[in-house]
Amino acid sequence: MSTTRKRVYGYLAEFGSASALYKAAEKVRDAGFRKWDCHTPYPVHGLDAAMGMKRSILPWFVFFGGMLGTATGFGLAYITQVEIYPTVVQAKPANIFTVPAFFPIMFELTILFSGFTTLFGLLALMKLPRLNHPLFASRQFHRATDDAFFIAVEARDPKFSPDGTRQFLEDIGGKSIELVEEED
Amino acid sequence: MATATEHAPSQTRQGPKLPVLEREKLILNGRSYHWITERICGVLENRQPFLWWLLFLPSALIAMVGVGLGLTYLVSTGVGVWGMTNRVFWGWDITNFVFWIGIGHAGTLISAVLFLTRQNWRTSINRAAEAMTIFAVMCAGIFPAFHVGRVWMAWFLAPIPNANAIWQNFKSPLLWDVFAVSTYFTISLIFWYLGMVPDLATIRDRCKPGLRKMLYGIFSLGWRGGNRQWSHYEMAYLLLAALSTPLVLSVHSVVSFDFATSIVPGWHTTIFPPYFVAGAIFGGFAMVLTIMVPARQLYGLHDVITMKHIDNMAKIILLTGTIVGYAYLMELFVAYYSGAKYEMDAFKFRITGPYWWAYLAMMSCNVLSPQLFWWKACRENLWVVMGVAMAVNIGMWFERFVIIVTTLARMFLPGDWKTYSPSYVEMALFIGTIGMFLALFLLFLRFLPCINIAEVKWTLLESDPHHDDHHDHPDHGVERIPAYQRELHGKAIVGPDN
Repeated sequence: MSTTRKRVYGYLAEFGSASALYKAAEKVRDAGFRKWDCHTPYPVHGLDAAMGMKRSILPWFVFFGGMLGTATGFGLAYITQVEIYPTVVQAKPANIFTVPAFFPIMFELTILFSGFTTLFGLLALMKLPRLNHPLFASRQFHRATDDAFFIAVEARDPKFSPDGTRQFLEDIGGKSIELVEEED
Repeated sequence: MATATEHAPSQTRQGPKLPVLEREKLILNGRSYHWITERICGVLENRQPFLWWLLFLPSALIAMVGVGLGLTYLVSTGVGVWGMTNRVFWGWDITNFVFWIGIGHAGTLISAVLFLTRQNWRTSINRAAEAMTIFAVMCAGIFPAFHVGRVWMAWFLAPIPNANAIWQNFKSPLLWDVFAVSTYFTISLIFWYLGMVPDLATIRDRCKPGLRKMLYGIFSLGWRGGNRQWSHYEMAYLLLAALSTPLVLSVHSVVSFDFATSIVPGWHTTIFPPYFVAGAIFGGFAMVLTIMVPARQLYGLHDVITMKHIDNMAKIILLTGTIVGYAYLMELFVAYYSGAKYEMDAFKFRITGPYWWAYLAMMSCNVLSPQLFWWKACRENLWVVMGVAMAVNIGMWFERFVIIVTTLARMFLPGDWKTYSPSYVEMALFIGTIGMFLALFLLFLRFLPCINIAEVKWTLLESDPHHDDHHDHPDHGVERIPAYQRELHGKAIVGPDN
C-alpha cells in the first residue's frame, strides 16, 4: 500500500529503430518541445541536429584548463629552478634560457590539466553523478542501455499536456507509451 | 566535372560495371543489439570457465610471492638486494620498467589514434587494450618507485615545499619521467573509466537489486543514455583521444630521454625517441594479441573480435616491427658513419661481446619473426599469430636488456667492466609483475565489460539513422565511380555496346 503522492515526470515512448527515432526527434523538435531527450544504447550520430541541439561547449573549458596547465608547468619550473633554488646541473644555466628543459613538464601538465577539465567539465555538463532519476522507475527504461530507443518528454515542458502529448507521441510512431511518475 | 565522389545518375550507368569494394563486416552473423549485450555481459555474469581459475590462481600466487615478498624483502633490507655490487645498477629493473611502460602504449594507440583516424575496427579491442595499459603502467611504476631506495621518501619526487628547501631538478629527464608517467597513468585511467560508464550502466540495468547493482550503479554515475548526455560525452571522448595521442608519443620519448640526453656511447642517439615509440607500439600490439586471442577463444567472442581484427593487428605488428628493424640498422649505420670511436665500439660489443645471444634474440624475435605476416596464411593461422606475438614480447624485453645492460657493463673505465647477472630479487620482481599483470587482467574480464558494448553496437549497419532512407529516394543504388574509371566509362558508351 502506497500513500505517497505521485508527480508526473513525463511520457516515455519507444521507437523501433535508430532511424525511426531520428525522424521522430525531428518532429518533436519542430513541434517546439524544449524539455525532452532521446535515450539510446549508443550515440546515434546526427541526432544532435535532429534534436536541434548546439555543439557541446566542453572544448572551451578544456582549452582554458590546458592553458592553466601550461602556465602551472612553466611557473613551477621557473620559480623553483630560477627564483628559489638556482642550481647549475650539467652546465645547464639557471635563467630564462633554460626554458627548453622545462618543455616536457609544461607539456605533461597541459595534458594533465586538460584531462581533468574534460572529466569534471563533462560531469558538470551532463549533470552527473545523479544516482536517482524518475526514469529509473519506468518498467521498460532499463532497455535503453540494451537495445531500445526512447523519447522522453518531460511534464515541465511548457507544451506538455497529459492527453495531447500522448497523442502526439503516438502520431509520430511511438510505441508502448508510458506515463512515468516520481514520488513527490 | 568529374570528381572522385560525384554520384553518377543511374540512367547513364552503362559500360563496364566495376564493383564498389565492400568493407568486411566488423560484427559477423548479423548479430542484434541484444545479442551483443547478452554475450559481452555474459562474460562477467556467468560462472567463469575452469580455465579462468586455472590461470588466475597461479598468477595471483606468483604476484603475491614475486611482488609482495620481493618488495617486502627489498624495502626491509635495502636496495643492495637488487644486486648493486657491480657497475650495472638496476639492470633488470629499468629493463622491466621500460618494457612494461612500452606494453601500455598499444592500448592508448588503439583507443586514441585509431579513434581519431575513424578506424571502426578498434571498437572490439579498445577496452581490453586500455585495461592492459592501466595494468602495464601499474607494473611499470613499481620499479622506479622502489629503486629510490628509501621508498618512504618517494614523495621527494613530487615538487612540493619541504623542510630542506630543496626543489626537484626540472632539467633532469628523471623528473620529466615522473611527470610523464604519472600523467600518462591518470589520463589513461580517465579515458578508460569514461569509456566504460555507458557499459557499466548496461550491466547495472541487468542486475537484480542488491550489492552488485548498487556498486555498478555508483560507478555508472546514473548514466541514462540521453542524447543530451551522449553529445557531451562524445565530445569528451574526442578530446581525451586528442589529448592522449601526443601524450602517448611524449611518454616513451621522455623515457628514451633518460638515455638519449646522457653522454654514454650507445645511448646518446637522436633516433631514440621515435625508435622507442615505434618499439612500444610494436610490443604493445603483440601483448594485445597475446591476451585477446585466448580471451576470444575462452568466451566465444568470435563474432565480435573477428579474424579481420586479428589481421589488422598483425599488419600493424608487421609495420612497426619493420620500423624497429630500420631503427636497429640505422643505429649501426650512424655508429659507423659518424666515426665516433666509442659509439662504434659499444655496438661491436653489443653484437659480438658476451651478450651476443641477447642481441641475436632481439634481432630474430623483433625483426625477423614479424616478417611472417607478409603472408596472409600466417595472419590467418592463430597459432602462428600467437607464436609471433610471444616472440615479440620476448624480443622487446631483450631489446631493453640489450640497450641497458650491454652499455652499462662497458662504460668509460675498463676497471668497471663486469659481466652482469641479476639478483634473485630482481628476477622475482619481474616474474611477479607478469603474474600481477595477468591476475589483474583476469579480474578485469571477471568484473568489467571487456568489450565496448555501446561502440560495438554503433558499428552495426542499422545503427546509422539513415540506414533505411533509400526507400525515400528514387535514385537508390547509385554506384560511386572513381575518376579514373569514368574515363573507361566514357569509352564504353561509344563502344560496341551502343
